Amino acid sequence: MVYLTRKAEFSASHYYHNPDFTPDENQRIFGKCNNPNGHGHNYTLEVTVKGAVDPKSGFVVDLKQLKDVMSREVLDALDHRFLNKEVPEFFTSIPTTENLAIVIWQRLAPKLNAAQLHRVRVYETPDLFVDFYGEA
Amino acid sequence: MVKREARSMKAHLTRRYMFSASHRLHSDQMSAEENRATYGKCNNPYGHGHNYLVEVTVSGPVDDQTGMVCNLVDLDGFVRTHILERYDHQNLNLLAEFVKEVPTTENLCIAIYEIVKRGFHNAHLEKIRIEETMMNSFEYSGESSR
Repeated sequence: MVYLTRKAEFSASHYYHNPDFTPDENQRIFGKCNNPNGHGHNYTLEVTVKGAVDPKSGFVVDLKQLKDVMSREVLDALDHRFLNKEVPEFFTSIPTTENLAIVIWQRLAPKLNAAQLHRVRVYETPDLFVDFYGEA
Repeated sequence: MVKREARSMKAHLTRRYMFSASHRLHSDQMSAEENRATYGKCNNPYGHGHNYLVEVTVSGPVDDQTGMVCNLVDLDGFVRTHILERYDHQNLNLLAEFVKEVPTTENLCIAIYEIVKRGFHNAHLEKIRIEETMMNSFEYSGESSR
């Protein structure tokens, strides 16, 4: 089994707000992130796939295919977007880094045929990242 | 707010912190010669320092109301009070946990793991990882993974 990781970057804005909470609760729990006008980050995405090395190609996965799937399924939908308003998954969930990692996994997993998705890592800043391994 | 399948999905969250401290690697169980042979430059009696970069990894189900494994404000507050204020700009050899243990980054990893494990209960502690320099890093995930 060999693991291969492909990186990508995207920039997006978001804010944290739960309509079930009172304004005070939203402010207390989410702090500055609750500003309804949004704020942004330069996100770094790392997608790790795993698999056996194909004896003919020497590849775990064709990187071109992986790159294309990441661009089509993730970057086109998230890059330079206001996540709360433009990405359907975040109409009903809060675009935290945790939920971003889950959403990206859910977008990629069904589209990756050649290799098995192992981990989605999302850096919100260099000092904060979330790993999702598809665990329920 | 959120009624979806991701309700109980488990994620790992990692936060990076930095502190600066000095130390000297020296074991009372070795002769002066053995200490020099074992620790080399790190045995300099005057000590030396590092900018330590600490990664704290916690895990847990992503809360469907907040979208969070745990609130970063709580994790940051705990680490600031119990780790950074304890170690930043200190001489590690003078701290209680290093009276008997040599303040290697291995032992520092274990000490920080124990502090977080004992005091922070908002999420499950997975791992402490410390970069002593850009070239050296150390990880500790508790006794079972030793």
